Amino acid sequence: MAAANFKMNGAEILLECLRREGVKVIFGYPGGQVLPIFDKLYDSDIKLILVRHEQGASHAADGYARAAGKVGVCLATSGPGATNLTTGIANAFMDSIPVVAITGQVKTHLIGNDAFQEADVTGITRPITKHNYLVKNVNELARIVREAFYIASTGRPGPVLIDIPSDVQLKDTEFVWPEKVDIRSYKPTYFGHPGQIKKAAKLISEAKKPLIYAGGGIISSGCHKELRLLAEKINAPVTWTLMGTGGFPAVHHLALGMLGMHGTAYANHAIMNADLIIAIGARFDDRVTGRLDAFAPQAKIIHIDIDPSSISKNVRVDIPIVGDARNILQELLVQIKKIPDTSTWLATVEAWKKKHPLIYREGKMIKPQYVVEQIYEATRGKAIIATEVGQNQMWAAQWYKYTEPRTFISSGGLGTMGFGFPAAMGAKVGCPDKIVFDIAGDGSIQMNIQELATCVCNKINVKVAILNNGYLGMVRQWQELFYKRRYSHVCISSPDFVKLAESFGAVGMLVTKKEEVRPAIDKALEIDNTVFIDFRIEPEENVFPMVPAGEAINQMINGLA
Amino acid sequence: MKHTISVLVENKFGVLARIAGLFSARGYNIASLAVSETLDPQISYMTIVVDAEDEKVLEQIKKQLNKLIDVITVTDFTKKEHLERELILVKVEYSAKDKARLEHSLNKFVGKIIQRQADTAIIEAVGDKEQIKELLETLKGFGIKELVRTGRIAIAK
Repeated sequence: MAAANFKMNGAEILLECLRREGVKVIFGYPGGQVLPIFDKLYDSDIKLILVRHEQGASHAADGYARAAGKVGVCLATSGPGATNLTTGIANAFMDSIPVVAITGQVKTHLIGNDAFQEADVTGITRPITKHNYLVKNVNELARIVREAFYIASTGRPGPVLIDIPSDVQLKDTEFVWPEKVDIRSYKPTYFGHPGQIKKAAKLISEAKKPLIYAGGGIISSGCHKELRLLAEKINAPVTWTLMGTGGFPAVHHLALGMLGMHGTAYANHAIMNADLIIAIGARFDDRVTGRLDAFAPQAKIIHIDIDPSSISKNVRVDIPIVGDARNILQELLVQIKKIPDTSTWLATVEAWKKKHPLIYREGKMIKPQYVVEQIYEATRGKAIIATEVGQNQMWAAQWYKYTEPRTFISSGGLGTMGFGFPAAMGAKVGCPDKIVFDIAGDGSIQMNIQELATCVCNKINVKVAILNNGYLGMVRQWQELFYKRRYSHVCISSPDFVKLAESFGAVGMLVTKKEEVRPAIDKALEIDNTVFIDFRIEPEENVFPMVPAGEAINQMINGLA
Repeated sequence: MKHTISVLVENKFGVLARIAGLFSARGYNIASLAVSETLDPQISYMTIVVDAEDEKVLEQIKKQLNKLIDVITVTDFTKKEHLERELILVKVEYSAKDKARLEHSLNKFVGKIIQRQADTAIIEAVGDKEQIKELLETLKGFGIKELVRTGRIAIAK
């Protein structure tokens, strides 16, 4: 029988499906319940990058997806392998990043028996995935893999997990590739309602003080060009969220930088005084709105989002438009007939920019903001910057001028310390021709530092700038400002990062003086290896401006006033 | 305010857990739940009764329900014309001399005695929220030993 020739086992089917989905790289770690898959990987042209901890695999897949704009894939064994992936899955979920996570599971007949290395992984990941699957029948595997990639990458993207018992991986069946995906209960809306778009165009034409508030949806829908056309057409200033960073060129005359808790003062004044907010792919997160009842009191709000559940979740919206931001902006650009006169508004915004610029004070020690500025200069703004979480993240967002989408990679929603380094590694794999920097803190870098081995072994050259202040700086800042300087457990010691890097086969540098900052960065860029640069910065430097939690978003503390 | 929400879902394992999770994650208790197959065995119908402390939270739950991949449609009957029914089985204390009185009490309701034993009777009854409440009040007079309810189901008019 000829058909017998097409029989494959589950592991082979999985890899064949991945190949057909265009997967070139998987970040993973072996274990007992994924042995059949690893056996087939041995002969596969799909590259497996062996991480040193499964959390590194899920963050790397996430960083890869953000930088390359493709679905990131990670693979781990059952039980602890799978639970170690979960922080990265939750991170991708909060930031709407397309990731497919594949986990081994104990044999079907052992599920629920407290078998060795068993965990209810679909149960654990149910609230942190867009969807998940437990594959109980090998005949369903191809369809499930196909659906997983489709669900992860369409609509509002997100992680999808496929849990495959090891006996299913070994079972033979005829391979049938489902050409089309059709899920009757999953039909994302891509085109905005024409009537709503017309209403929005009218509101825009009548606005005197319009402001565009751009979120991560700009990046995922790839509508940065349309965003720029819109801003220039209606002469509206543009502010963005952490996730929207890179969606609009920071050097543009209409750019206001990031808004929110650590946003620029002028962006926050602008949103509080605007008469029309055009929110695109943003979700009015609490870090952006500050105290909700005081938020943007005079503004009408147009909210463009692909996820209907984001609409009117936190703030009341006047004109919701559900659909893909790119399609909607294209149509909106056609529908806007009358250009609003915003000259007075732009002058007001310009005055705020002059009055409340983003600044820092020079000091004897190295200032972290200066380090970020120098990375910007040295890379001519062309690098991919990943960040950890905390002060380093805010300084990286404030002081590097991003001009391209997919160049700023940061854990926005979940705020995961330890994300940056493995994400930078994934980004470098996805974009090997780009310079990739991880701007880190001395606390965060220690959370996934084991991936240094992965970088060195696989020649994934990532530059890590450690803004080393000897503290868990953001928590220290809150303790300083809101807990009477009672520094409870935030003073953190670190290893000798130079020796540490060297022991892994990477390069380490120590920088203690301002004049050494730029030469060190330049030198790191020339080295064909992963480099750790330990910048000893001002220990008690704060991130300003800052809006205390629970305050209105224009009630900023500025330590420099 | 109590809401009656119907959810049409793919008849697959794990769907109930996904739906229940959206309520429990927000600290919302499901007051009643009825699940069964539809004419199409691949699709199930769930009727969920939930007490919404905050309408905004419930609105978010409904949107999140709609987002679940296995959910086909979500309908909140609260502001729609609809009929609701629940079936109950009640075991009451009983003796032959109560027969006439019990049957008389049941006359008002869609209910009947479906089994009698020496000292107990099992009553089956169907009704809407108010009718069931009233019937239970009446039966308390006989002494309720056991009560099981299907949970409410609803259909649009």
